[in-house]
Amino acid sequence: MNNSQNNIFHPRPSLPAPRHSKGALHWVKTNLFNGWFNSILTLLAVALVSFTLPGFIQWAFIKAVWVGDTEVCKLSDDGACWSFIDAKFRVLMVGVYPESESWRAVVGTAIFGAIIVATVANWLTGKVLLVAWLLVPVFGYFLIGGGFGLKEVDPSLWGGLMLSVLLATVGIIVSIPVGILLALGRFSGTPMIKALSIAVIELVRGVPLITILFMASVMMPLFLPPGFIIDNMLRIQIGMIIFSSAYIAEVVRGGLNAIPKGQFEAASSLGISYLKAIWLIILPQALRHVLPPLIGRCIALFKDTSLVIVVGLLDFLGMIKNSSLDSQWLGYETEAYVFGAFVYWVICYSLSRYGALLEARDPTSHSK
Amino acid sequence: MTGLLLNTSSNNNVIEFDRVNKWYGDFHVLKEINLSVKKGERIVICGPSGSGKSTLIRCINALEEHQGGHILINGVQLDEQEKSVMAIRREIGMVFQQFNLFPHMTILENLCLAPIWANHLPEIDAQALAKKLLKRVGIEDQAAKYPGQLSGGQQQRVAIARALCMNPKVLLFDEPTSALDPEMIKEVLDVMTELAESGITMICVTHEMGFARSVADRVIFMDGGEIVEENDPETFFKHPKMDRTQKFLGQLIGH
Repeated sequence: MNNSQNNIFHPRPSLPAPRHSKGALHWVKTNLFNGWFNSILTLLAVALVSFTLPGFIQWAFIKAVWVGDTEVCKLSDDGACWSFIDAKFRVLMVGVYPESESWRAVVGTAIFGAIIVATVANWLTGKVLLVAWLLVPVFGYFLIGGGFGLKEVDPSLWGGLMLSVLLATVGIIVSIPVGILLALGRFSGTPMIKALSIAVIELVRGVPLITILFMASVMMPLFLPPGFIIDNMLRIQIGMIIFSSAYIAEVVRGGLNAIPKGQFEAASSLGISYLKAIWLIILPQALRHVLPPLIGRCIALFKDTSLVIVVGLLDFLGMIKNSSLDSQWLGYETEAYVFGAFVYWVICYSLSRYGALLEARDPTSHSK
Repeated sequence: MTGLLLNTSSNNNVIEFDRVNKWYGDFHVLKEINLSVKKGERIVICGPSGSGKSTLIRCINALEEHQGGHILINGVQLDEQEKSVMAIRREIGMVFQQFNLFPHMTILENLCLAPIWANHLPEIDAQALAKKLLKRVGIEDQAAKYPGQLSGGQQQRVAIARALCMNPKVLLFDEPTSALDPEMIKEVLDVMTELAESGITMICVTHEMGFARSVADRVIFMDGGEIVEENDPETFFKHPKMDRTQKFLGQLIGH
């Protein structure tokens, strides 16, 4: 042996890991039937799925009616009547928005879709991305509401999924920066700013969203100076932004607290000012830390828009409820709500997947 | 030590402590500190933990504020005015025990940040400067990596290069090798020795007595917030005057 003769240390070569931890059967054993408790759960789950799924598939696909009017639907009484959704599609999407102006919703969807695709595909980066998204609220309100040459459409006519997406998108885009400012305020060493931020955050978090929506809808006009009118729709939008900002502030503060003091000290010792250190060093790290709960807040805000029904706005859920009350199409609530749930799920799950994608893209991510 | 003789010719002090006092709440961390550092001088500060040595060097770039006495940097008094503090910090580089690299930026971005945002250097020039300095500390091939992908010794060398990017007149080291594995200490000390030979003013809090002996012009021993003893390394290690110093050195070498 060379080793013992020359006293030279030769590290052993690394060997591949043992292979017996692979294969489908092994996976089933370790994941589905590991122990009696998990086995019972597995069997229960299989039973539940096999009781419900075939019936649902029969109803939703096999016996479903896809085209035709109410008469066709009435002939097939144990299948879903998806032609009902088809008949109500415009109302579900844009509510009572004037039919002659519906093209604006289509154009808006196309532009919004393009921005989303460009963002997810990473075609837009840095400042361009930021500016594009900050312009979305302005452009969205202009396109839907009109003005500057476009025919004005009163906000009381906005509705359907268009309204839900508008409320949620504008809500998210505005409340993230406001939330960050509130978090920085609470994080700051200036007592006055800190106290003010804490007061706002705790006051808003202590009140249910419905209360804030009622406040915005009913009470806010009483506090405004006479002659100064803000539309009901906009007041509710502001109410949602205030509510969401308080929660986002606390999420972001969690991220700020996780940044070691040494990061600030390193920036300071290099002659970088406090504000630049926050912007270049502290916030980028803090926001990466809190990406999962931040995406969670965005999803929650989108779903919370369905509460605006209580203050008289007819959002997507409101239109679903309305459509199922149509005397021509009575008895298709199930279809309406299943379709509604599906649309909500697709949007929320997409947001969730986008969050996961962002995490995976982060080269310094810990979750790899 | 030839360094001492060479540098006495310029008598303008880069750093001057005049009866500096500091408290953390009721705890008196720095007591009547008087200290002057000449241009090009290499100073090692040692002492037991809690003796105030880190606090002392952190006062030099105002990471800690002092409550009594005066600190002058290049003849300019450190005061609370944000502008003067920022200007002084740009002249003083600091290397930390925990490296404190920015984990969300590549090595190159870590180095370019301050030249671009504090010195308003064009990005191309900043990158050229950064690459030159990475080469100087021997890790130019790691420029595109993130700090988390580097070993501790490499990270600390990046931190040194980052401090050098601002072309500082003074370099402060706060226990730069204390968080490193034994095998990595040498690569960092080698870089520091090379820097010392280049003539930059250095103040280094460290327990690496071999480094102190071979590089320092002056060794300062602190305990209980006071400077107990200061001398050239030869005298300091061979003939310490105070009993406290003798005890400290005895414990350091004893194990």
